[in-house]
Amino acid sequence: MTLLVAFAAVVAGAVFIVIHYLLGGPPVVDYTSVASGGQVNVVLQEDPQNSVTSTPDWVSYFVQNPQTKQWVHTFQFKVPESTRVNVTILGYDGCTPARNNIWSHVEGTIGGTINVQSVDGKGQAGAASNVSNIDTWSHCAVGHSFAIPALHVYVPVLSPDASAELCGASPCTSGPHSVEKFSFMTPNHTGVFRMQCIIPCGGGFLDGFGGPMQTIGFMMGNMEVAA
Amino acid sequence: MATSEAPAAAAPAEPSHGRRIFLIWIVLAVVADVLIWAVWRPHLPPGQMSSSAEHQQVDIAVLAMAAAPVMLFVWVYFAYALTNWRHRAGDDDDGPPIFGHTGIQATWIIGTAVVVLAAFVFGTVELIVPAGAGAGEGPLPVWKPSGNNTLQVQVIAQQWVFTYRYPQFGGMETTQLVLPEGRNVEFHVTSLDVIHSFWAYQLGVKADANPMVDDVAYTKPEHLGGFTVRCNELCGLWHGAMYNYGKVVSAADFQTWATSSQAQLAKVTKILPPYALTYEPTVVPQLGQDLVKVAGITGANGYYYNPGDPEQP
Repeated sequence: MTLLVAFAAVVAGAVFIVIHYLLGGPPVVDYTSVASGGQVNVVLQEDPQNSVTSTPDWVSYFVQNPQTKQWVHTFQFKVPESTRVNVTILGYDGCTPARNNIWSHVEGTIGGTINVQSVDGKGQAGAASNVSNIDTWSHCAVGHSFAIPALHVYVPVLSPDASAELCGASPCTSGPHSVEKFSFMTPNHTGVFRMQCIIPCGGGFLDGFGGPMQTIGFMMGNMEVAA
Repeated sequence: MATSEAPAAAAPAEPSHGRRIFLIWIVLAVVADVLIWAVWRPHLPPGQMSSSAEHQQVDIAVLAMAAAPVMLFVWVYFAYALTNWRHRAGDDDDGPPIFGHTGIQATWIIGTAVVVLAAFVFGTVELIVPAGAGAGEGPLPVWKPSGNNTLQVQVIAQQWVFTYRYPQFGGMETTQLVLPEGRNVEFHVTSLDVIHSFWAYQLGVKADANPMVDDVAYTKPEHLGGFTVRCNELCGLWHGAMYNYGKVVSAADFQTWATSSQAQLAKVTKILPPYALTYEPTVVPQLGQDLVKVAGITGANGYYYNPGDPEQP
């Protein structure tokens, strides 16, 4: 009898873990209800830490809830098909050189460029400019990247100056950061499209691609395209 | 002296089972091999998009044609035995004694030996024909295609994307793999981090991508169309998502695409490291000492991070 109970407990535990793993993913922020005129505005930020999980020192993306304007710790959002997605990324994390400098290049955005602007620690914004490259190797310029490989969207995200004191608690609301804007089109069909950062920002992990780089909701996530 | 007894009724002549089995088998075997070659072969993977793919398709068909008669012989013999030699009601006699038959034994041994040796020779030759059969040959390839109009394409793998560099077009690097029809292609496959594998499925090309190793593979695209590129070496949690698509276009379209891409990518080509067969993944050549001092970034040991990071494995 004792053995049976122990066996049942082990099975129940395994089932719970599997169900928890399968169903317990990070939230998906729904932008479909705020899309209009064939466009939708998606706002993200990437931080040097996350402060809200059991691994608070992992770098992470946050997605802004379009209704409440609250930041949600996730890297998953849902947008409609055949829609122009206007993305704004607030880049609060410092720089990391790309392993392959091709990721300095902007690809897949409308016009092939991104609009970048730097904001210093006092909130002073510099001039905005449109660029098609941000060299990740020549100086400390790129913190992360926003990539949807299946759509050939690859965008380097400008980082604050190397000597800047970075935001220390997430989601960040102040501190030096970049403001980066670009647009791309969603496909004319539904689907789930993997998003990932391609800059090796998994600090302390093999080749910088472990930890947050392989975990959904941090620097890895999905864009759901809905009908 | 003549006997007064009537002669016993002669037993019905035993049919030639061996001949029957042989005839049934030979007809089925010929039909099967014709069907395999004419009907099944064109649909076998990986298709006929390139010289290497076409050879692989023929290899599979030939091996299937060698195996089918053997399989059919076993099936025919089994069916014949069940039909003709099964136990019948009222027949309680023992079966005839079985003795060795040198001819059958020799035929079986020689026949199977010929099949196995032929498969061995054919398979060995096809491992290297044509031009390495689309497999990675390492940095010093032995089997090369003839002709000197070979297009070089470098495949650079990293977690979890492939990029492609064209040294004959200014060293431009793209996220798209475009190849010309009817021209030999020389892939140089390498990695910037862990071990990957470049598998251009419909082209019949597969080569390991190891950091600091130049793995060379050849093929010749022979038909227009798209093909899938997958990583074929478990390379991390998102290994399954490491795929993209390439396409084979006409020679003229390729030239147009390559020259226009070269111009469009000129800015980013300038900031890439000079084309090389491998790239040291732990070194960022353009990083200045000031940056290392200021940001505490290190290129050592595969990490761009402060070695004092408590999460260092």
